[in-house]
Amino acid sequence: MSIGLFNYWIVIFLMMSGLYVVISRGNLVKKIVGLNIFQVSVFMLYISMGKVRGGTAPIVGEGTEIYTHPLPSVLILTAIVVGVTTTALGLALIIRIQEAYGTIEEDEIHAQDDAA
Amino acid sequence: MSQLPVFQILLPLLAAPLSVILRRKTLVWQLATGVAWASLIIAWNLLQEVQANGPIAYHIGGWAPPFGIEYRIDILNAFVLLIVTGIAAVVFPYARRSVEAEIPAEKHHLFYAALLLCLTGLLGIVITGDAFNVFVFLEVASLSTYSLISLGKDKRSLTSAFQYLVMGTMGGTSILIGIGLMYAVTGSLNMEDLAIRMAAMEDKRTLLVAFTFFCVGISLKLAVFPLHQWLPNAYTYAPSTVTAFVAATFTKVSFYVLLRVIFTLFGADLAFLDLHFDKVLLVLGLLGVFTGSLVAIYQENIKRMLAYSSVAQIGYMIIGISFYSVNGLTGGIVHLFNHALMKGGLFMVMGCILLRLGSVQLSDMRGLGRRMPLTMAAFVVGGLSLIGVPLTVGFVSKWYLILAALENNLWPVALLMLVSSLLAVMYIWRVIEVAYFQKPDDDAPELREAPTSMLVTTWIMVGATVVFGVFTEQTAGVARQAAAFLLGVSP
Repeated sequence: MSIGLFNYWIVIFLMMSGLYVVISRGNLVKKIVGLNIFQVSVFMLYISMGKVRGGTAPIVGEGTEIYTHPLPSVLILTAIVVGVTTTALGLALIIRIQEAYGTIEEDEIHAQDDAA
Repeated sequence: MSQLPVFQILLPLLAAPLSVILRRKTLVWQLATGVAWASLIIAWNLLQEVQANGPIAYHIGGWAPPFGIEYRIDILNAFVLLIVTGIAAVVFPYARRSVEAEIPAEKHHLFYAALLLCLTGLLGIVITGDAFNVFVFLEVASLSTYSLISLGKDKRSLTSAFQYLVMGTMGGTSILIGIGLMYAVTGSLNMEDLAIRMAAMEDKRTLLVAFTFFCVGISLKLAVFPLHQWLPNAYTYAPSTVTAFVAATFTKVSFYVLLRVIFTLFGADLAFLDLHFDKVLLVLGLLGVFTGSLVAIYQENIKRMLAYSSVAQIGYMIIGISFYSVNGLTGGIVHLFNHALMKGGLFMVMGCILLRLGSVQLSDMRGLGRRMPLTMAAFVVGGLSLIGVPLTVGFVSKWYLILAALENNLWPVALLMLVSSLLAVMYIWRVIEVAYFQKPDDDAPELREAPTSMLVTTWIMVGATVVFGVFTEQTAGVARQAAAFLLGVSP
C-alpha cells in the first residue's frame, strides 16, 4: 500500500462509518451526525485529488510555481454550503419532531404512529 | 444570442426571495402563478427553437465551456422543461384554496417561496450542461421539497420529511462522489466535454465505479424499487399541493437525469455492455411494477395508494430504458410526460376531497360519486388513464413499451406488463366501487363541490390525459425525436 493512497483509505473509512451510523442509530440527532461524517468524507475525496505535492495555495505571486488545483476546493465550498443547509434543516425538523412527539428516538416515534 | 435559457432559471429564482419580502399572501400567490406561466411560455419558445434550429448552447456570463457553465438545451430537455413548467402553471393556480385550508396563514409567503425554489431547482437540473451544476440544483430542489413536505398537517409529515432528508442526502452525496470520480479522471465538468473524454479512455475501471455511484444516487431520488421507502410516506403526509407538484415533477426530472447519465455522459456501451445495467433495470422495473401495484391494492389511505402506484409507474419508465431501442425509450419518455399528467391530476383530486371531506380514507368515501360528482368523475378519468385504457395517455405509453418488448423477443415481459395493468384495474376499481356503488352513512354531512379554481385546474390536468391520449402526435412525436436523439439514430 503506497502512502499516496493514504487519504483515500481515510475517505473510505469515514464514508463507511458515516453510513453505518445513519443506518444503525435510532436517535435522529445521531443520524444527522452520521450523515455529516458521510458528507465530510466526500469533501476529503475532492480536496485530496486536487492536492499537488509541494504545492502552495493557488495565489499568483513571487515564487509560486507549483500550486494546488483550486477547482476541487471551490466545488467543495459549494458542497459544504449544501451540507450545512442539510444539517440545519435536519436539526430544525428534529426540533419540530420533539415538539410533536416528545421524543427523538426512532422506535418510540414508530410506536406512537402505530398506536395512533 | 437569445437570453431565454437563463430567464428560465432566473424568474423563479428571483421570485422566491421576492415573495419572502412581499409577505402578502394573495400577492405572493399571484407572483408565483405569474412566474409559472411565464416559465411555461419560455419553455414553449425554447422547444420551438430547438425543433427548428437544433440544440441551443447558452454560456453563462459569456464564459466559453469547458471552463464556464453552459446551459445546453436539446430536444429531450426542452420537452422535460415544458412538462415541469406546464405542471407548475396548472398546479400553482390550484394551490391557492388548498393552501389556505392546509397551511397556517402566516406561513403562506414562505410556502410559495419554497415552492418557487423547488421549481428553480427542477428546471436547473434539466437545463444545465454542467455535471456539478446538476448536483447543486438537485440539492436546491431536494432541500425545498423536504421543507415543503414537513408543512403537512399530520405530524407524521415531519418524520417522513426527515426520512426523505436522510435518504435524499445519501442519494445526493452518491451523485457527488460520481461527479468527483469523473472529474478526477477527465479533469472536466462540462457534460459534452466529459462524454468525449470518457469515450476516449482505455481504462474504464474508475468510470464504472463513478457510473455505479451515479446510478445509486439517482435511483434513490427517482425511487426505483427497492430504494423507494421514502416515497409513500412523503407523498401521503405532504400538503396536497406539494404532493401534486412533487409527484408530477421530481421523479420525472430524476428519470431525465438517469437518461442523461446513461446515454449522454457514459454512453450506452459502458452501461449496457460492460455493466449489463439494462438487465438490472428490467428486473428492478418489473419488481417495482408488481410490488408497487400489489401493495397499492391493500391501502386504505388513497393518497398512499396513489403513492405506491407511483412506484409501479416509475417501474414502467425504467423498463423503457432497459429495452435500449427507439420504441422502448419513446415509451419511457412519453410515460414520463403521461405519468406527470395523470398523477398530478389524481393527487389534485385528492386535494379537493381532503378540502371538502377532511379525509382521504377509503371508508369515508362512501357514496362520494353522488356527493362530489365532478371531482369523482375526474378521479375516474385519471384512474382509467393509470390503467391504460385506449383513448387515454396511459394506453399510448404502454403501447410503445409492449411494442418494444415484442421487438426484443421479450414476450414474457410484455405479458407481465399486461397482467400488471389488471392490478391497476383492481386498485382503481376499489375506489370507484366505494364512491359510486355504496350508500353514504345516514349522518354524512352535505358536501359541496370543490372550489371552482381547484376544480377547473384539476379538470385541465385530467382532461389533458384524454386530449393527449387521442392526439398522440404531439407528445409521442417529440418523445420519439428525443429517443432517436439519445440513441444517435434518425427518428
